[in-house]
Amino acid sequence: MPFLRVASPLLALLLGIAAAVAAAPAPGFKAGVFEPPRQAPEFALRGSDGSELTLARYRGKVVLMSFGFTHCAAVCPVTLATLAQARGALGPAADGVQVVFVTVDPERDPAPRLKAYLAAFDAGFVGATGTPEALAAMRKGYGVVASKVPMTDGYAMDHTSSVFLIDREGKLRALMPYGHDAKDFVHDVKLLLAK
Amino acid sequence: MRSGGVRARWRAFAAAAALLAASVVLIALAWAALAPIEPASRDELFEIPRGTWARRMAGDKVEVLPDTIRLTLGINDVLLLRNLDDVPQVFGPVLIMPGQSFRLPFEVASTYSFACTAHAKGAMNVVVDPGPASGWPTLRWRARQWLRRSS
Repeated sequence: MPFLRVASPLLALLLGIAAAVAAAPAPGFKAGVFEPPRQAPEFALRGSDGSELTLARYRGKVVLMSFGFTHCAAVCPVTLATLAQARGALGPAADGVQVVFVTVDPERDPAPRLKAYLAAFDAGFVGATGTPEALAAMRKGYGVVASKVPMTDGYAMDHTSSVFLIDREGKLRALMPYGHDAKDFVHDVKLLLAK
Repeated sequence: MRSGGVRARWRAFAAAAALLAASVVLIALAWAALAPIEPASRDELFEIPRGTWARRMAGDKVEVLPDTIRLTLGINDVLLLRNLDDVPQVFGPVLIMPGQSFRLPFEVASTYSFACTAHAKGAMNVVVDPGPASGWPTLRWRARQWLRRSS
């Protein structure tokens, strides 16, 4: 049985490698991760397409949700451009991803304005607006802050700039701080789509 | 004659011992300067203890997170926030449920600013420093850690 004498240690080595690979921790997220994840708070707002917008509507998709306002000069356009770039890089998998942009400035962001603004980044993006009370309640559920900052020519909004990553089961899985580039979103979205 | 021979042998022995000790020190220094730093965990943990909310409601000023947190890439570059209290808490940049943790990794050395209502200034800064390079910076980093642990 010389063959068995040679093959047995080799087989044991291969099994050992397979076990090590199986036991290796899952690749980490680039975003901050909630452990354990909780169900993302449900909401009912007015969509930029004119219909009611709920989170449940996108069950089965990965939702990337950001908060901002259309008069924003810096952070919001960068975030939306990054998300558009990430969706483009995902190719056909982008069909499984929905970007939702929730306004923190309902006074100046009615649904048609949101729609036109978002279309400049990606026609697939959806905006959400509502009464100040409904939006404030929604923000509270996500721990989002937003406040008016007076300016010489009106006002700006100071707000949470992170993007929330919600998985296909509607669980709030992660939070991507502002400043990450598109490839980090692609990395994390792929992880969420794979599950 | 005999005592001179014994003395010479002792001298040779002492020289060999000194050489050995010097070699050990040099090897230790070389290891400390060149061996990569491999911490057991890269998590920098901050916890909200149970009862924090009740203490705050009672007027006790409880500070859990500093205004500025310093991290080092490759050593402690994962911010781990844990809520052990019975109520949801805004902890740094996030709302964390009771019993939940938030693990935020950093890959780029920079200063990060997060809106945070838990801080009087309304912001929390995380300063991420680059990891020490091999050689003298690593040796200096290990020496500082050793001094910190001994003090």
